[in-house]
Amino acid sequence: MSTLVPGEDTGAAVEAIEGGDVVGPWEDHDVRSLDGIEGAGSLAVLRRGLAASPELRSGLLLTAAMALAVAAGKLLVPLTIKMVLDRGVLDGDVQMGIVFALTGVAAGLILVGISLERITYLRLTKTAENVLYGLRVRTFAHLHRLSLAEHTASRKGVLTARVTSDVEALNKFAQWGAVAWIISAVQIVAVLVIMLVFSWQLALVTLLVHLPLLPVLRSVQRGQLRAYDRLRTRVSETLARVSETVLGMGVIRAYGQREASRADLHEAVDQQYRQQLRAMRYFALVLPFTDVVGMAAIAAVIASGVWWGDAWGVSAGELVAFMFLANLFVAPITQLGEVLDQTQTALAGWWKILDVLDTEPDVVEPDVGLRLPEGSLGVRAEGLEFRYREGDLVLRGLDIDIPSGASVAVVGETGSGKTTFVKLVARLADPTLGRVLVGDIDLREVDPDERRAAVRMVPQDGFLFDTTVGENIRFGRPGATAADAADAIAALGLGTWVASLPAGIDTPVGERGESLSVGERQLVALARAQLADPGLLILDEATSAVDPETEQALEQALARLSEGRTTISVAHRLSTAERADLILVFDAGHVVERGRHADLVAAGGVYSGLHESWLGSTREQ
Amino acid sequence: MTDSDGTGSTPARTDGIFRRGGRLVLRSFRAHPLPHFLGIAGANIFAVAVVGYTVVLGRVTDELILPGLDGGGVDRGTALAGAAVIAAVGVVRGVSMMVRRFFNFTAVARTQRTWRLAILDQYLDAPLSFYHSRPAGQLLAHADADVETAASMLMPLAYSMSVVALVVVSLVSLLVVHPLFALVALVLFPVLAVLNQRYTRSVEAPAARAQAAVGLVSGIAHESLDGVLVVKTLGREDAEVERLAEAAHILRVERVEIGRLRAVYLPFVYALPNLGILVVLLLGTWLVGQGSVSVGDVVRSMALFNMLAIPMEILGFLFQEMPRSVVSMDRLDGVLSVDIEVRPADPPPVPASVEVVFDDVSFAFDAGPPVLDGLTARVGAGESVALVGATGSGKSTLFDLVAGLMPVTGGRITLGGVDVAELGADGIPDVVAPVFQETYLFAETVRSNLVLDREVPDAELDRVLRLVAADEFVAALPIGLETVIGERGVTLSGGQRQRLALARALLRQPRVLLLDDATSAVDPVVEAAILHNLRVEGGHTLLVVAHRLATIRLADRVLFLEEGRIVAEGPHHELLSVPSYAALVRAYEGATR
Repeated sequence: MSTLVPGEDTGAAVEAIEGGDVVGPWEDHDVRSLDGIEGAGSLAVLRRGLAASPELRSGLLLTAAMALAVAAGKLLVPLTIKMVLDRGVLDGDVQMGIVFALTGVAAGLILVGISLERITYLRLTKTAENVLYGLRVRTFAHLHRLSLAEHTASRKGVLTARVTSDVEALNKFAQWGAVAWIISAVQIVAVLVIMLVFSWQLALVTLLVHLPLLPVLRSVQRGQLRAYDRLRTRVSETLARVSETVLGMGVIRAYGQREASRADLHEAVDQQYRQQLRAMRYFALVLPFTDVVGMAAIAAVIASGVWWGDAWGVSAGELVAFMFLANLFVAPITQLGEVLDQTQTALAGWWKILDVLDTEPDVVEPDVGLRLPEGSLGVRAEGLEFRYREGDLVLRGLDIDIPSGASVAVVGETGSGKTTFVKLVARLADPTLGRVLVGDIDLREVDPDERRAAVRMVPQDGFLFDTTVGENIRFGRPGATAADAADAIAALGLGTWVASLPAGIDTPVGERGESLSVGERQLVALARAQLADPGLLILDEATSAVDPETEQALEQALARLSEGRTTISVAHRLSTAERADLILVFDAGHVVERGRHADLVAAGGVYSGLHESWLGSTREQ
Repeated sequence: MTDSDGTGSTPARTDGIFRRGGRLVLRSFRAHPLPHFLGIAGANIFAVAVVGYTVVLGRVTDELILPGLDGGGVDRGTALAGAAVIAAVGVVRGVSMMVRRFFNFTAVARTQRTWRLAILDQYLDAPLSFYHSRPAGQLLAHADADVETAASMLMPLAYSMSVVALVVVSLVSLLVVHPLFALVALVLFPVLAVLNQRYTRSVEAPAARAQAAVGLVSGIAHESLDGVLVVKTLGREDAEVERLAEAAHILRVERVEIGRLRAVYLPFVYALPNLGILVVLLLGTWLVGQGSVSVGDVVRSMALFNMLAIPMEILGFLFQEMPRSVVSMDRLDGVLSVDIEVRPADPPPVPASVEVVFDDVSFAFDAGPPVLDGLTARVGAGESVALVGATGSGKSTLFDLVAGLMPVTGGRITLGGVDVAELGADGIPDVVAPVFQETYLFAETVRSNLVLDREVPDAELDRVLRLVAADEFVAALPIGLETVIGERGVTLSGGQRQRLALARALLRQPRVLLLDDATSAVDPVVEAAILHNLRVEGGHTLLVVAHRLATIRLADRVLFLEEGRIVAEGPHHELLSVPSYAALVRAYEGATR
């Protein structure tokens, strides 16, 4: 099969919005950027996040109160030690009665704490999972509400990452990070309060020793975040190299590039390894450093407590309790340090998810939709203009009238706007200016279910769902049965082809339909369209080579499918154009010629040029 | 890309998880003994320092705190000395912790590098048939997620290796104070260990199910958003959301279950040491009353119990990671166990002008049906020959064999009298240049894609680009030859890519040029011009697979393939008398119409 377009080949440029670009798996790694949400920005994320997830608000206060109780429970042991030592032991003889009472009460409280912690934890988990479930499903639904103008090939991987890796990062955070933040924050405050009650002087000593930790931790964490950011870049770099090697292995071998590839791969892996070690320095240093500071604080507390304790009114029990409290004070700080990176990643992902949710759907369905007339449908475009997002105009004012029942071929170079035009007719996006009328009704006012049944586009790439041939055909009409699918196959004369498949109609098509050839995927897509019995059929012809047997089946199926319907074909074959009632020649967003094949050839314009070059290539001998 | 093939795809092994986990650890240890050893040494010193710290606390209580606050007071020197000892122990603790973390992580990172390089070398050295049964995504997952996961159980390794020392030293320390305290610990340690193990075990199943659900969710998301155009044209948006919601719900249920188990076990695990402390406090005060222990002894024992939970948790991590790591390691071994391709050391010289001879050539994938079946043919030096045959007749396979990408399973192919098998992977690229229909260009500059590792003068580059009608569009690129293409650069159309691939082949001045539908996406007019140029250029033996009549006619001779054999050969017009050939060519003609 040859392309009808002489100037440029297939694929690429503006019309690439239906894919073709390989989305590398490493795209998933693009989950965060540090800019924009640091510092006070975290609060902004939380505010937006709370607004977007109603599940998060329910019972938040109760959960927080219970977290407070859990943190307070951790203080029970130092408190009991203090009381036992001060009241039970040190005032002369040992008062076993008091000791029994105190430890008994503490043990009871610990048991209560266990149940409390259990309930809290379960609440937190449930809330988090409900939030994540809601967020994921809503974001996914929202992505499907966005028009094709948003789903460009270059953004495909990024959008998928919103509902996969971004949500997973949030989940990881919810499981560890978020709990750490809540409990740790509460714990730091609670420990500080107890310390102050025991002895404000000793509390001050503790704080003073810990003080230098803050700027050090801050700068260390900055370095750590940067180092991990670089590491992530290295990881994607390695992955890109590996992916290139794997995909290009045929070329690499046939052209003797193996050792060059090996050198590249080893270099990438080594770079990743070195950056890993660099990032690891922080990981190795931070915790030991804070541990040493914590010990220094205990040493300072003991020295000053022993020396000035009497003057400050500190009891022996309080001083002993301080040694335990100091541990409880520094632990959450280090814990927060450990989850900081995870928190950043999660918040960055959350922010991006929220951005998706805030993108207004640009195709809005009417509240009360109009019905379309029965039978084949005419199409009229009035002053049609279109641009993708901020891009240049792709369509620059089209006025087109297609009578009901006509068969129309749309031709033009890649980027001339022909595919965009048919996408607007299928309402995969709305025009920037002007309107499209189908059956004399503005498409924007048509009931969506009506539209989907009556206006059916068969896209070029023949994407199929990972199930059987039959199932894929039944997707053509909601509620279609296996018998309906069989009817559609028979109507298009595809029985022989289906019978030739390994398991007939129950043959699995594989991921994206890739177990079938390109041509076979198109056959399934045609049967699917037949099932819908649309009044307006839009075909985007494939350009890639199809083997001859399948080609014949395709020709026949196409002819039968278009019978009795208005058909608009983005034509890549001459035969389609030759047969059409009307040919629309697109060039740079305008229709530059329109008419029948013979007339256009005779006119000696753009179309005749296309035709000449095509003929020349096949009939020169 | 983590969940390309989920979990549990490995066949059941007779060996238990622990044995396989142990072997994995040994492998890493053997490859990088020094960092592992230092990490474990650091961990053990840390364990001793932790217990040592509690001993110091006891002494400080008895000799500083009690006399200082309740007794007659202590002198400044003693107080400072006590503080200094605590600080010193703190430094030992910190440094040993640092050593443990640093070297353990170094061992993990080095292990990852070693395994990753081994996998990638294997990718480069395995025969090309290795790629036949393995999708690219899976190969990427091996090099990335599987290496990472296989090494993940090494993260808590050094710490775990100090748990024994910690337990023993702790027990001795308690026994020295009072046998009753040791008894409390002897009750507590096993309970903690059992709880941890139970928790780890109970979480295993839902964790595996959750992992599978993550794969399911991401699979649906990828499929649905990849096929967004089809979803929209079919109006299946709601059905797709429903489908994702179902999978997401399964995931939620499993995750909540994991959370519930955690809520059941972990509060106990955290609270048990505290309960132990209370018991020690109660027993201790009683013993203090009896006069058999000091207050400091009690404090020291309580401080020890305070440290107990963490190492138990670390052991828990180790056991939790072990099954995942072992499964990933199995996957890596599946790759590493593939025999590498044999590459003859000294390829014999090949004459300047090459005749290609197929002598009873057969080929089959593994145990599959034969793709080529006793194919015999001769292509003269400098001749141009078209291969024609229906889909599946073996044309592309024949090319792969000539290019040495796969070995023949029977017969032999000679290039200028030299067997392709003797030339090997290193000799063939100097003789043969294949151009495939699916062109692969690297995400680099146009220039480096064309010259690969060779030095080519600009004049020669220009000449070849003109030959394949690529000079104009290359000149029109933002920075011409230096423009980066692909993923991070300019997107080229299929026809442009094919022309660059053709130029890449010609620049190597191959003695045999193989074109497998290599101009299918190029406009017919341009294609005709290119093929004309190729004939004029000459100097090579040309084999071409074509679907266009124009291309077939350009060849001196046609080899007609059916079911892996040559059924007819000769000039195109002569072959038209063969009915099946004529039918096929007519179909091609129809397809282009």
